[in-house]
Amino acid sequence: MAITLTEKAAKHVANYIARRGKGIGLRLGVRTSGCSGMAYKLEFADAAAPDDVSFESHGVTVLIDPKSLPYLEGTELDYAREGLNEGFKFNNPNVKDQCGCGESFNV
Amino acid sequence: MALLQIAEPGESTAPHQHRLAVGIDLGTTNSLVATVRSGLTVVLSDELGRSLLPSVVHYAADGGVEVGYGPQSRQSADPKNTIVSVKRFMGRGRNDIAHVESLPYDFVDAPGMVRLRTVAGVKSPVEVSADILKALRARAEGALGGELVGAVITVPAYFDDAQRQATKDAARLAGINVLRLLNEPTAAAIAYGLDNAAEGVYAVYDLGGGTFDISILRLSKGVFEVLAAGGDSALGGDDFDHRIFCWVIEQAKLRPLSSGDARLLLTRAREAKEYLTCHSEAPITARLSTGEMVDLTLTTAIFNEITQTLVAKTIQPIKKALRDAGLSPTEVKGVVMVGGATRMPQIQRAVGEYFRQEPLTNLDPDKVVALGAATQANLLAGNRAAGDDWLLLDVIPLSLGLETMGGLVEKVIPRNSTIPAARAQEFTTFRDGQTAMAIHVVQGERELVGDCRSLARFELRGIPPMVAGAARIRVTFQVDADGLLSVAAREQTSGVEASVTVKPSYGLSDDEIAGMLKDSLAHAKDDAFRRALKEAQVEAQRLIEAVQAAIHGDGELLSDEERRRVDSAIVNLQAAALGENRRQITLAMDDLEAETKDFAARRMDKSIRRAFAGRTVDEVEKATGGGGKA
Repeated sequence: MAITLTEKAAKHVANYIARRGKGIGLRLGVRTSGCSGMAYKLEFADAAAPDDVSFESHGVTVLIDPKSLPYLEGTELDYAREGLNEGFKFNNPNVKDQCGCGESFNV
Repeated sequence: MALLQIAEPGESTAPHQHRLAVGIDLGTTNSLVATVRSGLTVVLSDELGRSLLPSVVHYAADGGVEVGYGPQSRQSADPKNTIVSVKRFMGRGRNDIAHVESLPYDFVDAPGMVRLRTVAGVKSPVEVSADILKALRARAEGALGGELVGAVITVPAYFDDAQRQATKDAARLAGINVLRLLNEPTAAAIAYGLDNAAEGVYAVYDLGGGTFDISILRLSKGVFEVLAAGGDSALGGDDFDHRIFCWVIEQAKLRPLSSGDARLLLTRAREAKEYLTCHSEAPITARLSTGEMVDLTLTTAIFNEITQTLVAKTIQPIKKALRDAGLSPTEVKGVVMVGGATRMPQIQRAVGEYFRQEPLTNLDPDKVVALGAATQANLLAGNRAAGDDWLLLDVIPLSLGLETMGGLVEKVIPRNSTIPAARAQEFTTFRDGQTAMAIHVVQGERELVGDCRSLARFELRGIPPMVAGAARIRVTFQVDADGLLSVAAREQTSGVEASVTVKPSYGLSDDEIAGMLKDSLAHAKDDAFRRALKEAQVEAQRLIEAVQAAIHGDGELLSDEERRRVDSAIVNLQAAALGENRRQITLAMDDLEAETKDFAARRMDKSIRRAFAGRTVDEVEKATGGGGKA
């Protein structure tokens, strides 16, 4: 199973990286933290680590460390607009429950 | 679920830990709010995608408050309850506001700051500004999906203590935590990333709708310092519209216009000005209420010609600011353009020619201040990696000082000193046995107190009685990072202290600041002369008092004839000191000193005799010359 980006998300990522002026792609990951056990990591990637798993989606490179991968398998990263707010959204099939705000989750 | 933003590598925050901070450009005409999102600084727009929020507030009889485009478009329907350009009233008394009679508001002259009477009650400018800030806060919280940790709010570099304090109060009233007030030019420089650039001097050219500001900044070792600031508070893009408007009237040979027609032509003038930014000629057509048709073509050449003097008027303050900073135009490394009016090609050309380099124009000049404020807010909220922080320094716009004898000003912190700043200076008593000292804090460039602005007065009491000049009173001026002043006085031997935090009841208007600066130059020679005169008068008074004290103590040492001559010299000096002729005062002082020379010598003898009373001269010689065997 792969990690994918929606076309909209990929466009925004490419745009952000272009305006930032550097970066080879996006790094996703999970950390143990937050009120429901785990939290997403969403960062620019400037370099790949040797054991990173790499995916390609709509022209954007996505890097994930092998420890995080099982929690993110099959995830689709979307870009959404809710009222005035806009940002990235993880559609993660592994999630069993998440905290009210969705910033942290449990598998 | 929550919408996430992309973080810099290694800087993902824990859930609920990302600190939402914004930068706010609280402008006279329009306000903006910006933030840093996924590593990019962006201006936050409303539901319709508009980034500007007109700084216009309408108060309705039912207590309803509306801010922005709605009230702006309807301002002529209810001018009394629609507050426009409230920034001009911040921290000002009624007398500080220019053309107060021509404004449609019902002013209430309250102590400290004017109030405006509306159907919803009496509103202070702080409350009106707070309503604008509340609208921006709601927009920001809607766009960021959470509560704000704080905001950086920008203010003009020339804003004084009262105006800065009023801005802070407005933010507090709107429920916004102020991380820092930031000078507008500094924010613009940050937006251009000059803080990351090589060290050097930069100029910020800010031509807004109605005001012009020039600031000279220096970046060194990661420190931003405002070297000098200047401008013209009555020059802006509106004046260019007005020139076109006058040209139209002249060309079309129009009779005096109704106010509706005048507004229509002014709008057409503005449109033509904006059109000329990327075209070589602009059509101006309008049908007036009289049925007359206006159909003209404004070319770039004509536009340049009729606005030439306006463009030139912006260069003068630049020259002055550079002179203040002690720099030449070629020493400036980059020029930042701020304000919509800087889109005009002739402005960019004139600035480019003066500094002999292309000005920076690639950021939207309307947004650049808010973007810089957002960058700074993000940093202050702690959303950046450690070690990546820099410090910003601003300057005080006018010198701060104290009143000394004779109504003279002793400057303690000179104009353009960087803040935060603390300076101390020692003063002393003027009269024997003086036990109290009145401390009068003033702001301004002139030499005499009467020509400067009074900020505060307080008294230092409990000074132990000493002879004049023996007490040592240390007065410390301290200006904090937000530009607020506190003054403390301490008598060094006894340790008695007194202090005051200056929250001036009245602010200075831009015009006054500009006027005071201009005065200080125009009157520099005059002031120096008056200062010298005052000093001579004070010195004369001191001499008279000293002689009178001596006569009082040792009057018997003078013969009647001598006494008469001394008295007449005193009278002469007193008369001279009342006049304006410094040379005459000096001569009269020389006279009095000559007349009292013998008297002084006799007093000296007398006090020596008193000291050695009862001993012969031989004894004294032995005691002093004989190695202390006595």
